[in-house]
Amino acid sequence: MSSTFDTVAGIISDTADIPREKITPESHAIDDLGIDSLAFLDIAFAVDKAFGIKLPLEKWTQEVNEGKVPAEEYFVIKNLVARIDSLVAAKGA
Amino acid sequence: MRLEYFEMIDRVEEIDVSAGTIRTISTVPDASPVFEGHFPDHPLVPGVLLTETMAQASGYLVLAMRDFAEMPFLMAVDRARFRTFVGPGAELLVEARLSHEGSGYVATRASVSVEGKRIADAELRFRTMPFPDGLDGRMREQARRIGLDLVVA
Repeated sequence: MSSTFDTVAGIISDTADIPREKITPESHAIDDLGIDSLAFLDIAFAVDKAFGIKLPLEKWTQEVNEGKVPAEEYFVIKNLVARIDSLVAAKGA
Repeated sequence: MRLEYFEMIDRVEEIDVSAGTIRTISTVPDASPVFEGHFPDHPLVPGVLLTETMAQASGYLVLAMRDFAEMPFLMAVDRARFRTFVGPGAELLVEARLSHEGSGYVATRASVSVEGKRIADAELRFRTMPFPDGLDGRMREQARRIGLDLVVA
């Protein structure tokens, strides 16, 4: 898996106090790892700082709550990593 | 300051919403029930109340920057340091600077100084959420009380 995954997994492990080996690309942040909304904001802060981006959490949450996008699209770690990569690429474009 | 009412900021001295900075002044009261326990015959402002003071200065900064569109609620305190004691009568200069604006949260760095000497500092984070019913009006009243409306350009 990518270095982005390693960085994100490390952030989640440190921030939410989850053993690193429990975090896989297929893990669902909420259903599998038990990360709540407050912890996710902590993770977003660390991700924002580490990658120099702004995770659009409010937009994602709204889309999920309105049923437009399944939660897995944002909260399964491999999908989250892909979105971070996209945001980083867009920043450099 | 009215410690027991959690009115920690007396007045806003300066705010720059484009730069994301605020300077406020607070004077520690000569007497307060807080000092009866903290500590008997040795009154000191508790560190948690210095943290709250930094949080309120940061909160007013965020309210002004977002024109009272959302309410910032304290969600995290990192790297808090209380470098010396603060007692009755001290005039506190409380400064805060927006350090990161995320989606659904903001981060600030804040400090408290007395006579040019750093007393306390911390990195704070706030969840920004819609106002609970009626709170926006009350927060605007509080902001007017400390003169925030007079210094926001």
